[in-house]
Amino acid sequence: MITPSNHLSSHRDSLPSSTNINRLELPNGIVMLIKSNFNNPSIVFNGYLQVGSLADKDDKLGLANFTASSLLLGSKDFDYQTIYEKLESAAANLSFEGGTHVTSFGGRCLAEDFEMLISLFSNAIRYPQFPSEHVERKRAQLLTNLILRSQDTAEMATLNFDQIVFANHPYSRPEEGYIETIQNISVTDLVQFQQKYYGPKGMVIVIVGAIDPQMAVDLITRYLGNWENPQQPAPICLPTLSPLKKKIQKKVFIAGKSQVDLLIGTIGPARKSPDYLAAALGNSILGQFGMMGRIGEVVREKAGLAYYAYSSLSSGIGPGSWVVAAGVAPQNLKKTINLITREIRRFVTEKVSQEELSDSQANFIGRLPISLESNLGVAYAISNLERYELGLNYYTHYDELINSITVDQVLETAQRYLDPKRLAIVAAGSLE
Amino acid sequence: MTEKITNITLPNGLMILLNEIHTAPIISQWIWYRVGSRDEPTGKTGIAHWIEHLLFKGTKRYPAAMLDKAISREGGSWNAMTYLDWTTCFETMPADKIALVLELEADRMVNCLFDPAEVESERTVVISERQGNENEPLFRLNEEVQALAFRVHPYHHEVIGDLPDLQAMQRDDLFQHYHTYYTPNNAILSIAGDFETDTIFHQIEHLYRDIPAGPPPPRLQRPEPQQQGERRVIVEGPDDTAFLMVAYHTPKTTHPDFIPLMILDSLLTGPSNLNIFGGGISNKTSRLYRALVENDLTVSVHGGIGATIDPYLYSITCIVHPDKTPQQALEQIESEIKRIQDNPPTVDEIQRASKQSRALFTYGTESITNQAFWMGFSTIIASYDWYLSVLDRLSQITPEDVQRVAQEYLLPQNRITGIYIPQSAKQIQSQPESDN
Repeated sequence: MITPSNHLSSHRDSLPSSTNINRLELPNGIVMLIKSNFNNPSIVFNGYLQVGSLADKDDKLGLANFTASSLLLGSKDFDYQTIYEKLESAAANLSFEGGTHVTSFGGRCLAEDFEMLISLFSNAIRYPQFPSEHVERKRAQLLTNLILRSQDTAEMATLNFDQIVFANHPYSRPEEGYIETIQNISVTDLVQFQQKYYGPKGMVIVIVGAIDPQMAVDLITRYLGNWENPQQPAPICLPTLSPLKKKIQKKVFIAGKSQVDLLIGTIGPARKSPDYLAAALGNSILGQFGMMGRIGEVVREKAGLAYYAYSSLSSGIGPGSWVVAAGVAPQNLKKTINLITREIRRFVTEKVSQEELSDSQANFIGRLPISLESNLGVAYAISNLERYELGLNYYTHYDELINSITVDQVLETAQRYLDPKRLAIVAAGSLE
Repeated sequence: MTEKITNITLPNGLMILLNEIHTAPIISQWIWYRVGSRDEPTGKTGIAHWIEHLLFKGTKRYPAAMLDKAISREGGSWNAMTYLDWTTCFETMPADKIALVLELEADRMVNCLFDPAEVESERTVVISERQGNENEPLFRLNEEVQALAFRVHPYHHEVIGDLPDLQAMQRDDLFQHYHTYYTPNNAILSIAGDFETDTIFHQIEHLYRDIPAGPPPPRLQRPEPQQQGERRVIVEGPDDTAFLMVAYHTPKTTHPDFIPLMILDSLLTGPSNLNIFGGGISNKTSRLYRALVENDLTVSVHGGIGATIDPYLYSITCIVHPDKTPQQALEQIESEIKRIQDNPPTVDEIQRASKQSRALFTYGTESITNQAFWMGFSTIIASYDWYLSVLDRLSQITPEDVQRVAQEYLLPQNRITGIYIPQSAKQIQSQPESDN
């Protein structure tokens, strides 16, 4: 047997926790979380602002994302060319993306360039200029992406799945909007959206890498400490979502495609829901563990029907989705639907075995250090701690949380969400 | 990049590369075989990739289900990839669980079962993978451009293989190919992470020393003759968007001109990250982005130079603006290339490209998985010394070097032009929702 090196015990202490994450809130409401790592001379940062597509009106859906993706087109102190000269000369990354609840951001650079990156970042979110020439070019890019989306079997399956499962709920709307809604958005809309919704309240910034925590705090304070937006509204509350009342099937015909993308599923728990971990472990057994759990075993390994077949649980602030996905040849679609439906039925009628649960519990615990091997992975993990109010010491007692889940809880949770008689089944492609 | 690694070759020819890193309790193991789509004759295209799938179907000692379960239980991440020149399998594991995958890789070098039923099941899986690729217009276009670029050299087909071959090959074809190329003398084992070098080396030696070397694997020696004029292909297909792909023949990774071509790539389309897991940066200040996107000829442009054993391609890919034609975009590309052929870039541009490369390599060393990747990958395509010296050599490139390679390689007669023309139509219909 290989004996791990004696460096190992110190690694246990390096899991993100209150002992090595510096968390503080600036007077204007910005929350900072910093974890130093001097093993590599680079720094990553990420975070979010408390606004997303929930704030979009139906006829201008996509405005939050359009605004976010236009922040680097020019700002008060830096025009478009200067922004990208600075970023690309340093091989640094900086990006913004509009989500449903939040506008997320992220960046990476060598440690020597971090102040430059933060100066561009703060100028972009506080003082964007939205020059019309560049906005129109951005609009053309967004519209092209939407045209490509309309021909992408996986994306069209997801779009239609969300419209069924989240009917009459804001989650049924794609954050990127539609062609006609993007065409409706003016430069004035972008300006007004940023002025109204962007502000420091609820903003979270996570910094991981080769920087002293106090230096990071000083830097953020210098660039963002005096930011105020008195008109910044509180985050938008979600309406109640009604689960499906019956099974709904939909086929989306897209010409000239060799493979059909299939989605079968329904709503899932929110990330903060008490049954989230039971659902996550159940999902692992259903369609993740090893070569994609029970679903992978029956659809890919035994029947050889698909290159990919798995289940996924997407859980965020509000209700999530719990879905089985597969890419199959059109002639195999019906057979695949039957196999997947049968597995879902089995999953909600029989307890998983203790062995299956133990396998997935071991997997969740064992993969934690691997998910934290890069600064990017650590920053993502810390961001989730804050966003879902998990507590800074979540990872230090993560194994206890995982091991406390029982087979009964997995079954109860599966039954709470997955009803074989009330599933959405969506197939997109060149269907027979 | 100055790290010291341990490099030992066993008597049976297995090259072992070890890099002890103690920043996280993780070990990443990669085994690289010098076999890829380049080793596939007509009728056997896709065989290397299909074998890669079958490596996960188990051995007598480690049946598939047991293996998958054992690795997954420990939280390990494992996968495999096949490319033009190589096939690699990797596992990143908690450090105290590495013994399992050390044993696995040694075992499946020689003992994979190739059960006929598994071979058949995986045939449809591979065909399904190909069908998924065919859904993408850029796959269709790239396949045609690649085929046109290599009339003779076996780089001419996609790694996934051609459908008739995937339908026709039999279990014994696969089994024979496996035994021919999966030998210690055709493999490189690269491991990085939280171990003591002496300890892990002795474990590896114990596992591999009794595996005999095989005969030198056969190679298809079919150098591509110099192209005698532009080649052009039109691909028609669904969708509403036109794509343009422009490729130029470029030299192999070890050729001295590869380094200035990396700088040229950086200037024209932004720096490429040779590390497939490394990510990249935006390219909005690159010459072609400014010339194409900022003049509303295309909505995007990307480029990349292939790091391969034999001469391959530098390719430029654009999504054409809805109001413009691929030909207009092509003319602008030609104009920009002529500009750099006529006037060398500035020293500042070269230094900037050099810094971009330094940063991308630095990001690429952040994770242990990437460190192990680089040792094996660079050894396959060139050597680990190539990897260690590449930044120094990039910093020595002059504007005249870049101008010279632009003049030498980016010529119309050395170009393959591929155009994807959408057959726009109202091709999307939604069937009303039903409740059956």
